[in-house]
Amino acid sequence: MASLWEYANPVKFMRLSGWLMPVSALLAAGLIVTGLVWGFFFTEADYRQGASVKIIFLHVPSALMAINAWAMMLIASLIWLVRRHHVSALAAKAAAPIGATMTLIALITGAIWGQPMWGTWWEWDPRLTSFLILFLFYLGYIALWSAIEDTDTAADLTAILCLVGSVFAALSRYAALFWNQGLHQGASLSVAPGTRMDWAYKAPLYLCMAGFALLFLALVLAGTRTEIRARRARALMTRERARA
Amino acid sequence: MVWLGGVRRFGYAGFMELRVTDLACARGGLPLIEGLSFAVASGEALVLRGPNGSGKTTLLRTLAGLQPALKGEITCPPEEMAYAAHADGLKSTLTVAENLSFWAEIHGQRDITGALEAMNLTDLAGRQAQHLSAGQKRRLGLARLLVTGRWLWVLDEPTVSLDAASVALFAGVVRDHLAAGGAALLATHIDLGLPEARVLDLAPYRAELPPDLGFDEAFL
Amino acid sequence: MTALLIRDLRLAMRAGGGFGLGLGFFLILAVLVPLGVGPDTGTLALIAPGILWVGALLACLLSLDRLFALDHEDGSLDLLATSPIPLEGVVAVKALAHWLTTGLPLALAAPVLGILLNLPGPAFAPLMLSLLLGTPALSVIGAFGAALTVGLKRGGLLMSLLVLPLYVPTLVFGAQAVSRAAQGLDGSTALLLTAGITAGSAALLPFAAAFALRINLR
Repeated sequence: MASLWEYANPVKFMRLSGWLMPVSALLAAGLIVTGLVWGFFFTEADYRQGASVKIIFLHVPSALMAINAWAMMLIASLIWLVRRHHVSALAAKAAAPIGATMTLIALITGAIWGQPMWGTWWEWDPRLTSFLILFLFYLGYIALWSAIEDTDTAADLTAILCLVGSVFAALSRYAALFWNQGLHQGASLSVAPGTRMDWAYKAPLYLCMAGFALLFLALVLAGTRTEIRARRARALMTRERARA
Repeated sequence: MVWLGGVRRFGYAGFMELRVTDLACARGGLPLIEGLSFAVASGEALVLRGPNGSGKTTLLRTLAGLQPALKGEITCPPEEMAYAAHADGLKSTLTVAENLSFWAEIHGQRDITGALEAMNLTDLAGRQAQHLSAGQKRRLGLARLLVTGRWLWVLDEPTVSLDAASVALFAGVVRDHLAAGGAALLATHIDLGLPEARVLDLAPYRAELPPDLGFDEAFL
Repeated sequence: MTALLIRDLRLAMRAGGGFGLGLGFFLILAVLVPLGVGPDTGTLALIAPGILWVGALLACLLSLDRLFALDHEDGSLDLLATSPIPLEGVVAVKALAHWLTTGLPLALAAPVLGILLNLPGPAFAPLMLSLLLGTPALSVIGAFGAALTVGLKRGGLLMSLLVLPLYVPTLVFGAQAVSRAAQGLDGSTALLLTAGITAGSAALLPFAAAFALRINLR
């Protein structure tokens, strides 16, 4: 029986991602466009928040993927440390800038949403603060990858940074809660405290969330493919140098 | 020699051997040496020869446990080797005695007078390492070997910046170490004046390239 | 292990070791802040806990990039890695030496700077206590960051980028303990959390740092 680990082989991974990437990219585009058009133009404005609430269709999915990207990097790093599959390390590397971008999108859309709601672009609220700290963790991770020349060394060191960083990111989240109880509404898809979100909002939101997840998958696959090709090019160059 | 008494008292327990079988090691992901097998036993010295880039340093670092071997077997654990490389690990603001005592204590030894005497450093004991000449620093770095109490010395170019008299002094120290049941593995270009030492040329073990590209193979 | 501790302390004391550099930095920061913020004692009292904690944190960071870099350059790190002491122990001892020469003096000097910044009376004891409990975490976390960047040129800047986000929980809990006490509230929960982070970091991070060092020596 075919094992999942077979796709740790770069050649097999290239073959699989060769069709999976365009498929998920297309599906992502379809879902996001449908979700956003539905959400922006075919839902009613909230009676308290007005039309500005509709930014939720970008804000929530990007925030979701910002955290999930880090979780994926953590899992990929563990796989690299335990099983030494190079594709896994390269996938973690590819996910970092995407996760950082998602974090940035979540922060920016949050600021745009917060301005009319709270009357300020930025509020040192625990959720916002945690996301800002998460963004700093992404920056550090990316910087460490780019600072080290040898790929295996970089993979090992970033993997251990990701592990330690995850613990401290979680601690920072609780520290931020401890520090300030905050203005941000609770999660769990409730728009105003006490009122659960209506299906008219939920349906396009779920479409957008699925779309962002697929978009993330497509981007990570594309990034990993680039890294594998770069690695292959380097391996070829090394062989030429060794032959000469 | 005076210091020998100390070593003999602690003693190198019985006959010991380093046996390397079918070893392959790499630097920066590029295999340098493969299929290397040799043995060094108590009382023996083995001199590694080979042109620059033939992997002498890589081999010695692999044996000392500082980097993993690609494959192969090494019977002697790194805990029994005293490794010395180009950098002597000296702190410039500490005196000669302080530097040496530090390494002695790290290795669970106390007495450094024998080692100072053997490397002709007794008169310099109170001087800060930053005021030593390059050759004196090297002698201090080699004196460290004597306070490790380890039977196998793994030495990378030990005679760099030593003058002829110091080289002879060091050769004597190595000979006494061998006589006490120790062994030495040396990578060196110059003749140490150790006629009993065997010579191993690394050139025949140069890793064949291609097809084996080590870790990067999977990407080809 | 004791030998390593004594050597590191001795090196820090001798010329060029940078002992007291962090303390000087801490003092300058405490003088510059009122110059920048204005002399209003009410404002200063309000921000004093945060300023003192951020100052201590930055002062700790100053000497961190040399923690392993110097031993790496002169070959000591290779020799320590082949010595009978486990590398985890080397990390722990070097972090301890860093704390004794940086964190401890900062904690002891902080009350004096608290006077400069008009820190309210009831906050002095929590300030010292939180720094005593929290700065060891800063040293251990910093040792991890230093181990990650040991082989790199210009590793110091990168290390700050890696280490500062990791300092967030320690900073928040430590500074909260002080500012709660300054407002007349109970800061003991924050103090306990600070101590918890120190205990957890000291127990686990030496292993992560030793792992990173072994990779960098390869």
